[in-house]
Amino acid sequence: MKLFEEAKQKHLQLNTRRYFLKQSMAGLGGLALSSLFGSGDVFGKTKVNTGFDTFPNFVPKAKRVIYLHMAGGPSQLELFDYKPKLKELHGKECPQSLLEGKRFAFIQGVPKMLGPMAEFQQFGQSGTYVSDNLPYLANMVDDMTLLKAVHTDEFNHAPAQLLLQTGSPRVGRPSMGAWVTYGLGSENEDLPGFMVLVSGGKTPSAGKNAWGSGFLPSEYQGVQCRSKGDPILYVSNPNGVSRDIRRKSLDAISAMNEEQYKEFGDPEILSRVAQYEMAFKMQVSVPDAMDISQEPEYIHKMYGTKPGESAFANNCLLARRLAEKGVRFIQLYDWGWDTHGTGKDVSLTDGFRDRCRDVDQPIAALLKDLKQRGLLDETLVVWGGEFGRTPMQENRGGKEWKFYGRDHHSEAFTMWMAGGGLKKGFSFGETDEIGYYGVKDRVHVHDLQATMLHLLGIDHEKLTYPFQGRNFRLTDVHGHVVKKIIA
Amino acid sequence: MKRIRYKLLSLIGCCVFLFQFISCQEDKISFNKEIRPILNKNCISCHGGVKQSGGFGMVFRENALKETESGVMAIVPGEPNKSEIIKRIRHHDPELRMPLEAEPLKEEEIELIEKWIAQGAEWEEHWAFIPPKSIQPPAIDSPWVKNEIDQFVMKKLVDNQITPSKVADPYTLIRRLSLDITGLPPTQDQVNRFLADSTYQNYERLADEMLNSPKYGEHWASMWLDLARYADSRGYEKDSYRSIWQYRDWVVKAFNSDMPFDQFTIEQLAGDLLPNPSIDQLIATGFHRNSVSNDEGGSDNEEFRVASVIDRVNTTWEVWQGITMGCVQCHSHPYDPIKLEEFYTSYAFFNNSTDGDLPHDLPQLRTFEGEDSTDLEEIKSWIVKNANEEESNKWERIIRTKEPMIRPLLFSDFDNVSFQNRGDQDFMVVLGGAFIKLSDVDLSKTAQVYLQYYRNDKEPAEVVVRKDSVNGEKIGEFELGYARGWGNLTLSGTEILQSNETTDLYLVFEGEKNEYKCTVDGILLTESLPGKNLEGYQHIQAMVDSLLIKKGGKSTAIVCENPEKFQRKTHVFMRGNWMVTGQEVTPAVPGIFDSIPANKTANRLSFAQWLVDGNNPLTSRVITNRFWNKIFGKGIISSVEDFGAQGEAPSHPELLDWLALKFSDDYQWSVKKLVKLIVMSNTYRQSSSVSPELLEKDPNNVFLARAPRVRLSAEQVRDQALMASGLLSDKMYGPSVMPTQPEGVWQVVYSGLSWKTSEGEDKYRRGLYTYLRRSSPYPSFITFDASNREFCLSRRIRTNTPLQALVTLNDSVYFETAQVLAKEMQNTSAELKEQLEHGYQKLLFKPLTKEKSQILETLFHETYQYYEENNEEAKIVTGTDDIQLAALIIVANSLMNLDEVIVKS
Repeated sequence: MKLFEEAKQKHLQLNTRRYFLKQSMAGLGGLALSSLFGSGDVFGKTKVNTGFDTFPNFVPKAKRVIYLHMAGGPSQLELFDYKPKLKELHGKECPQSLLEGKRFAFIQGVPKMLGPMAEFQQFGQSGTYVSDNLPYLANMVDDMTLLKAVHTDEFNHAPAQLLLQTGSPRVGRPSMGAWVTYGLGSENEDLPGFMVLVSGGKTPSAGKNAWGSGFLPSEYQGVQCRSKGDPILYVSNPNGVSRDIRRKSLDAISAMNEEQYKEFGDPEILSRVAQYEMAFKMQVSVPDAMDISQEPEYIHKMYGTKPGESAFANNCLLARRLAEKGVRFIQLYDWGWDTHGTGKDVSLTDGFRDRCRDVDQPIAALLKDLKQRGLLDETLVVWGGEFGRTPMQENRGGKEWKFYGRDHHSEAFTMWMAGGGLKKGFSFGETDEIGYYGVKDRVHVHDLQATMLHLLGIDHEKLTYPFQGRNFRLTDVHGHVVKKIIA
Repeated sequence: MKRIRYKLLSLIGCCVFLFQFISCQEDKISFNKEIRPILNKNCISCHGGVKQSGGFGMVFRENALKETESGVMAIVPGEPNKSEIIKRIRHHDPELRMPLEAEPLKEEEIELIEKWIAQGAEWEEHWAFIPPKSIQPPAIDSPWVKNEIDQFVMKKLVDNQITPSKVADPYTLIRRLSLDITGLPPTQDQVNRFLADSTYQNYERLADEMLNSPKYGEHWASMWLDLARYADSRGYEKDSYRSIWQYRDWVVKAFNSDMPFDQFTIEQLAGDLLPNPSIDQLIATGFHRNSVSNDEGGSDNEEFRVASVIDRVNTTWEVWQGITMGCVQCHSHPYDPIKLEEFYTSYAFFNNSTDGDLPHDLPQLRTFEGEDSTDLEEIKSWIVKNANEEESNKWERIIRTKEPMIRPLLFSDFDNVSFQNRGDQDFMVVLGGAFIKLSDVDLSKTAQVYLQYYRNDKEPAEVVVRKDSVNGEKIGEFELGYARGWGNLTLSGTEILQSNETTDLYLVFEGEKNEYKCTVDGILLTESLPGKNLEGYQHIQAMVDSLLIKKGGKSTAIVCENPEKFQRKTHVFMRGNWMVTGQEVTPAVPGIFDSIPANKTANRLSFAQWLVDGNNPLTSRVITNRFWNKIFGKGIISSVEDFGAQGEAPSHPELLDWLALKFSDDYQWSVKKLVKLIVMSNTYRQSSSVSPELLEKDPNNVFLARAPRVRLSAEQVRDQALMASGLLSDKMYGPSVMPTQPEGVWQVVYSGLSWKTSEGEDKYRRGLYTYLRRSSPYPSFITFDASNREFCLSRRIRTNTPLQALVTLNDSVYFETAQVLAKEMQNTSAELKEQLEHGYQKLLFKPLTKEKSQILETLFHETYQYYEENNEEAKIVTGTDDIQLAALIIVANSLMNLDEVIVKS
């Protein structure tokens, strides 16, 4: 193990790879601070000075993120944005003023207004309206911060998901989780800093780009956890190769590499030795982190989890386990929220209610569980889709559909956050009386990104990476921190 | 360039000119060498091309010399004392001193600027915009020097008092040579021949042999396909299949036949516009059909067509010019002398292809098989007989592409149709009584009108072709057939009555209003076939019609240009927003460059020719640097994608210019000659071993006193493992293959595609042929930093991560190679030592040192003992009771994970 120790030390000393990056990007104002399998806790304690900006830039409010992305765009009008006026207008033709100059994905001609397909009630000290689709979560409103006038530029799934998760509607940019781990590194050497859990049977429309590293080094890309087969790709030894055997072979590989180092003196050889040791540790730590059968019965009851199943509930419980172990960015995608009303399974009265039932209890449990473990204060939980839904009923093909559904809507939708440094039981932003436009305290997705980074202690204008001749950042040339929601 | 200099001179005026003339006699300040670096480092981020704080910017000289917002002149040529810039950089008040909130400039820097202004503030364009000049390599008398590259390198080493390394040992050298030329390790035979005779002459013979191997083209295609963003799918949500592998094969063949790079350039960017283009030249245009497209339901097709044109502009400028044109999409370039409008004059070159983010991914070049192919030959020989070869080729192109198809956005007018032009509603729905108008059609050159459409209705329906007006004279009519869904697009058409007029053409759809007629993709107009009044003509025309309808066999995405009369206009997008357009622009190159000659039409073809014209200052430098970068792991300019003011300075500027001219002039753009020149240098042939002293003096190997150690690329890591175990297939070309991949990796929404592991040798093809789906690329490649090919990628960042270790240790692809290699080790000898040596040599070709042999023996014995005690596990590993084999498999698996194996030394 002596070599391994030496390797680690050299790695830190020389920071070879970062050094390489710094050199190759020098003059472009680059930075590459924290390795994914980083150098311990860089969280406000260790600041490495490379001559560039260091992160965090200031004292962070949150250490990590759990992002619950409801892929497809859930309807705000059936969950949080209570619009009694819309009920009155139900079935009336949409006024021209709301249609002129607008682009919709499927609405054609003049659609009809669609009243809320759910009952609303006020909850908690804050008196926040929540619909009967979310009976469990309704009891957590005093721990949540609702953003009720979020808006985006895109009205198609893939581009909107990309804009939200990578800051650009076009493919090829690093995702938020990649940026954050690039800036802050990981708190746990034995687990990837950015992990992704997918439910609903499909990856989101943006594909694996939604957690890609874009032009950042590939080590910052999200590592997808799988419910079947290896928990992460290639983590298990081949059949018939035990951990003992793997140890022996790694010892031999290290010893051979040490010989190589003697001959060539290339510090990157030592770095490779260290990476192999970390791989060996991950082979234990990953399956261990992913094994929810270790959880007690009351926890399973609370989340509604069934070990061995591939479900959003299991992913929520896994998110808590990964948060506990110091994973920096935990991203959940749940597929199936694209409620167009073109069939029963995608109607507001049926399929949508089922989807809500699948996520309501586990999300409430996740918040409660984080809270009871004292983790909620240092964890930022974010919930939302890539856009919202129209106050009009979708009339795809110019006809009236049997089931109730809504088209994609970029002007205004609701997202919520909880934990890490936010005002609790707080609602920010308002929409007009039918929920079409945000009329007060609108939050663009770039603002959301800037705010999330801010809570993590990062100035969104400083977290940049040079590519194709200029410095890129998550928020492109936009984004304002929404200071009013910060406690 | 001359024109610019003239402009500048006239600005400066006579007095200054005289002053300059005098000052030339003393030591003249070089703007590029001495002043520009100071400005770029300290000033340009606030006083650049976009941000011009205080109304002062230093990207263009005319901006630098004009009055600033405060009314003062920042730079007064000849008069440093009257120049505000000097006052401000010398200012004692830190709130007024420039640069703001930063360290003041050094006294010697300020003096340089003063002197430069005193000498007339003469401007020079950034070095990269000035064409390279012919240079003599420095005279160096050293036996180390093998060719001119070494002369340049040695000069720099001598100047910096560094000694180069000795030539690498023959084992390392032959492996390196082969990995760099063919991408694969050498064959045992090549190794043996080199070990028997490792002279420079024999090294050269082997280099030639490798350059002539078909593996060469496959290796370099990998690099090029990163630039071309080649993949087997279209991107975004549906990420459907894109049939374009024939383009990949074209690239392999082009490298193997050493197609001159100027031709390579022109065929890819404008093969379709060449006179009488060949089928291969059409396939080459696939280069720009590799941009991503979005078939998501409800997405705006025009938005994503525009996005693909923007990508084509950016890609072209990055690949050939090393210019970050993307910066100019929304505003003028912050650092380089390129203006906003100039992005769109470039855009105009690419804005007239007929593809349009449609789900059928047309245009495609089709092939015909069997009888269809015989029919095509018959048509062609008819045309040759009645006209000529060229005409016959033209008709073959029309038949195989059905282009140029005029699509709805370019229709002059229409009525009673519904056209959304968005995902899932991509085509024009035509109802009874509808018409489509095409303006100003030359009826002397139009003999046939075809409509491409689909139609779910079996009822008969008629289309009447009229001229002049919707009620004008009927000049043809045809019936619509049945063709369900856009996947079954069909084509119907008619011969029309020709005349000498140029007039409007109307396609009128007879029938009741609101009655569905068909769903239109586009209209194809053709001239008449040669041999019109001859016997047999009708038969030939019928065969043409029939082939146009046929689905065809293989197909490949290509670029076709809209016909001249139906071209899109290009406007500037304000702040890059395609929905807010400004002034109209026509195709042109940015003013900083020599323009396209006035006697040529400014189009994609003349643009491509301009790129490889001798006056272009960048192409040969940028391309030479790309090859250097691939071989040395780092370019002479390390920012291979950016040669602009913010790019890296070249480590060996004279060498770069000399190589660039050698490549374009002496070698007439022969890539093989360029690669050979590089590998024949002693700079290349050095050992990569580094002493602590050298590591300290030159940690990043800027001076090239040693060879680099570079981790193999994703494809190479896998190809090498397959080759060492003897599994690698050398089958070339064809549709992409699906090697073993863990289950459940593909879970893409709304898609019928699935990963079906290829059978037989297709499982073991080179990585180049692995199916690449953009939304879910082959996972082990991505782990090893391969590109997912969504955008042009000039260089892959090499990382070193635990996930990579997990791939080569555990991926079944790698474990299988270990199993096969172990079997061979076992068969080769009864002696353990020899077995180990054999396995090691299969990968590295060199003798196993005593120390390393000892380590492997220990591993073997410990593993053997373990498997003796746990022989069930051994059975799983080997499928037999052979414990020795089980232990050897573990050894082989370990060997494949050695640093020296994964790295090119």
